[in-house]
Amino acid sequence: MTDTIAAISTALGIGAISIIRVSGPESISITNKIFKGKNLTEVSSHTINYGYIKENEEIIDEVLVSVMKAPKTFTKEDVVEINCHGGITTTNKVLELLLRNGARLAEPGEFTKRAFLNGRIDLVNAESIMDLINVKTEAARKMAIKGLKGTISNYIRSLRQEMLEILASIEVNIDYPEYEDIEVMTNEKLLPQLKSVKTKLQQIIKESENSQWLKEGIKTVIVGRPNVGKSSLLNCLLNENKAIVTDIAGTTRDIVEGSVTIDGIPLILMDTAGIRDTDNIVEQIGVEKSLELLEDANLVLVVLNNNEELTEEDFDILAKTLGKPRIIIINKTDLPTKIDTTKLDKKDIITLSVTENRGIDDLKQKIKEKFNLEQIDQADFTYLSNVRQIALAKEAYSILDEVETGIENSMPIDMVEIDIKRSWEKLGEITGETYQEELLDQLFSQFCLGK
Amino acid sequence: MKYDVIVVGGGHAGCEASLACARLGNKTLLVTGNIKNIADMPCNPSIGGPAKGIIVREIDALGGEMGNNIDHSLLQMKMLNTKKGPAVQALRAQGDKITYPKQMLNTLQSTKNLEIREILVEDLIVEDHKIQGVILENGEKINSKAVILTTGTYLKGMVLVGSTKTPSGPHGERPSKYLSDCLHNLGFTIQRLKTGTPPRIAKDSIDFSKTQLEPGDDECYTFSFDNEPLYKPEDQVPCHLVYTNEKTHQIIRDHLKESSMYGGYVEGIGPRYCPSIEDKVVLFADKERHQLFLEPESIYYDDIYLQGFSTSMPHEVQELMVHSLVGLEHAKIIKYAYAIEYDAIDPTQLKQSLETKIVENLFTAGQINGTSGYEEAAGQGLIAGINASLKLQGKNPLILKRNEAYIGVLIDDLVTKGTKEPYRMLTSRAEYRLLLRHDNADLRLREYGYQIGLVSEEKYHRFQIKKEAIAELTTKLKETKITPKKEINDYLEAIGSKPLLDGIYLYDLLKRPEITMNHIKHFIDLDYSPEVLNQVEIQIRYEGYIQKANKEAEKMLSLEKIKISEDIDYSQIKNLAHEALQKLTEIRPTSIGQASRISGVNPADIAILSVYLKKQEQNHERK
Repeated sequence: MTDTIAAISTALGIGAISIIRVSGPESISITNKIFKGKNLTEVSSHTINYGYIKENEEIIDEVLVSVMKAPKTFTKEDVVEINCHGGITTTNKVLELLLRNGARLAEPGEFTKRAFLNGRIDLVNAESIMDLINVKTEAARKMAIKGLKGTISNYIRSLRQEMLEILASIEVNIDYPEYEDIEVMTNEKLLPQLKSVKTKLQQIIKESENSQWLKEGIKTVIVGRPNVGKSSLLNCLLNENKAIVTDIAGTTRDIVEGSVTIDGIPLILMDTAGIRDTDNIVEQIGVEKSLELLEDANLVLVVLNNNEELTEEDFDILAKTLGKPRIIIINKTDLPTKIDTTKLDKKDIITLSVTENRGIDDLKQKIKEKFNLEQIDQADFTYLSNVRQIALAKEAYSILDEVETGIENSMPIDMVEIDIKRSWEKLGEITGETYQEELLDQLFSQFCLGK
Repeated sequence: MKYDVIVVGGGHAGCEASLACARLGNKTLLVTGNIKNIADMPCNPSIGGPAKGIIVREIDALGGEMGNNIDHSLLQMKMLNTKKGPAVQALRAQGDKITYPKQMLNTLQSTKNLEIREILVEDLIVEDHKIQGVILENGEKINSKAVILTTGTYLKGMVLVGSTKTPSGPHGERPSKYLSDCLHNLGFTIQRLKTGTPPRIAKDSIDFSKTQLEPGDDECYTFSFDNEPLYKPEDQVPCHLVYTNEKTHQIIRDHLKESSMYGGYVEGIGPRYCPSIEDKVVLFADKERHQLFLEPESIYYDDIYLQGFSTSMPHEVQELMVHSLVGLEHAKIIKYAYAIEYDAIDPTQLKQSLETKIVENLFTAGQINGTSGYEEAAGQGLIAGINASLKLQGKNPLILKRNEAYIGVLIDDLVTKGTKEPYRMLTSRAEYRLLLRHDNADLRLREYGYQIGLVSEEKYHRFQIKKEAIAELTTKLKETKITPKKEINDYLEAIGSKPLLDGIYLYDLLKRPEITMNHIKHFIDLDYSPEVLNQVEIQIRYEGYIQKANKEAEKMLSLEKIKISEDIDYSQIKNLAHEALQKLTEIRPTSIGQASRISGVNPADIAILSVYLKKQEQNHERK
């Protein structure tokens, strides 16, 4: 890590001030080349310096420059932060000047990568920062902060400690077989201790999986034939909550409508073009897309019209969404009921009227129930916050299943112990305490090392 | 030059080292302070135990002597951990302290190319960082191409009893006063270690009726793969068990300050795994009693070794302590317990081959490297002897991997992690202990022994036949299917196993927990030796676990394959933590795998080191 990197570290266009962060051995000297004010190479560390950014002799922006020398910085390298005041165009200009004077544009997450590689933060910390950068909701932000503070690491460590004690009690018996003053560990004694670890691990996996929704958002697909009120439902959900509607780049405009946060739960709402068989080629493409979406969805909202009898198309939709986590919405309850719901599963039905704004709260409640989100105590997130961690915890859990199988098959305790140890090591990978080649591979892929 | 190799010290390490060198055709000189003490057992009269017993099997598989020697001199034999799985079972023998050394001396004296001299070595001749020979205490210089130091507890040996300190080796032998200074001057870091031994009691002064009998096993075993049992089960000499009690503990607490250890007279660091009775009473205050084993030392004299009662208390307190034990009220102490301090080198100054990094062709093995135990010493002695020989032949050293042998684990731990206390081998030190079994030591290592030249054609041939029989039997079980006939299902039900619904191969039937090879014999003729039957049974029954262990081992080996060049400059790697930089520079690991095992080097450091190596590689490729 011998080069110097720079990037705008605040979201462009939001807020009056933009910060450009520069890190690396030449960060101070490069900034100094374009800075009019004190000589930055001579100022003390951790000072804020007022001045101007200049191109040749032309003033570009009025800035505050923080100079922080290694090692007491986020990356453990020399770091400079430039507070720009001039909006997007000038901030971009300042960055461009830095790049022209010898800095390199940082890759996504590269500051964090350096902080990790320089031993400033552990892997969970690094991941939490990445999470924080990509965070969508307040609840997810809290979760990421927990990761940063090491709450998760501490919890996993205490679980590992529990397992280590089991391991130690097995091993001491092997190395000192004739000493009766040591309690002899048997499969029978092991089982309850093991179950306790398993239960805790299972709990953390379940909660973590649920909490994933907080971060990733629940992919929600709205389906229904035309004129049942899909669009008005969508608009109702979006408007009522004054959500930021974002077009997600790279996806089709007519499918993705926006994301909305309902009581802290992010929903990614997607309207579909319909899934009816058709000969029209353009429509067919739309149908295929819709079916793909359904395949991918975490939640399907099937909208039916209270004021009409169920049509063949409705049945088709119901059949195609069967088995998916779905809520059947019977809209237009403000109009006379003509629909026959006897053949539908009552427990998934919500009746509402978008026009009269009735039943919307019931829908929200239903969504929360579906995802067990009510149980998430927003004040105390001790959850594994990303897919890598959850996958490792699941592996550790399934290895403990193998332990139980071993015990059931009356395998000797020292065999069973092999699996306990493997599980213990897997958990260590979460916190980065076990060194594994895969971990390194993962780092190489995640953090673009070696470039 | 008169000698190829000089071995300094005639303990368990020295015997294996000199035998290996001489058997591989090197003119070898073994220098010892007292010929009578060759292969002496100054502490407990036993060989083997968990992990240690497996080391003895490994020595035998490689062509060493310890297994054969104890087979010829044992008083009692036990298989330990029989209620646990095959991975942790191990033999332990009570050895006769007269017969064992005598037998070993005979072997040494009848070995071609091997000479023995009774004198102390005072200095080493080193030129240009290369060993040239030794200087004896009479001033005589003897040249050799290689030297192996196996000095045991003799380097500045100091015996401690209460507040008295006497410069001495075990049995009042003369210690080596100058050699450790010589090593220090050459650049070796010298550390002070301590060990201890319990009192010896006169057999006829013990009331055995008040003790518990601990006989040997009814089944007969051998350590060596090439011996038939040389004893009858009924001829074994029993051990006995007694316990400490509150009175003993009170005496110890009352006189604690008088012990060398707690009185502050000991400088050396003792082993946690073999604590003195003072330590046990202090550290485990809530234990009401501790076990002590009464072990016979020899059939030729009457000393009983009081295992578990090592102490550095003054003589009069030892009397009180011993007499507080039930059955030993009138016991006569023949030899008092003592602690002994000695100098050892920092083993991280060694290569994996046990050659020192500082002086070429100088090898060290045994307690000088910071280990404790006869088996650990012998294992290192054998490897040092083999590697000194290979070095003189210009060949690559024999480096056993952690998934191949306990000896590999032992040496890797020593040279990678160093040790601050006498290092004892424990099964928990081996990550892949399921692969490092008592029963398969020959399958793991005999090939190496043969290739090196320590395993004779005859022994190798026998091994080949065994291997073929294992393969044949495995195939047979894989190919033989039994069907749910009435008589078969009746038999299965009779032995408590589920009747068959479909046909099943015997191979799969053997995986049922309740089915053993003996049951399989009911379905098929099995004309194989017990070892072959046992081996195949273990391989089949634990196949799943063995596969897992192999997979884990492969992961380790893949890191082992990422080599670090000898001339790497760690200070060039900018982001290494200070401690990691220091440790890596000191230890100079040969692979990423080894580096990852150094304590104080964290996964993040390994990541940085790996990134650096990858970049180096890329730069290299570009050039």
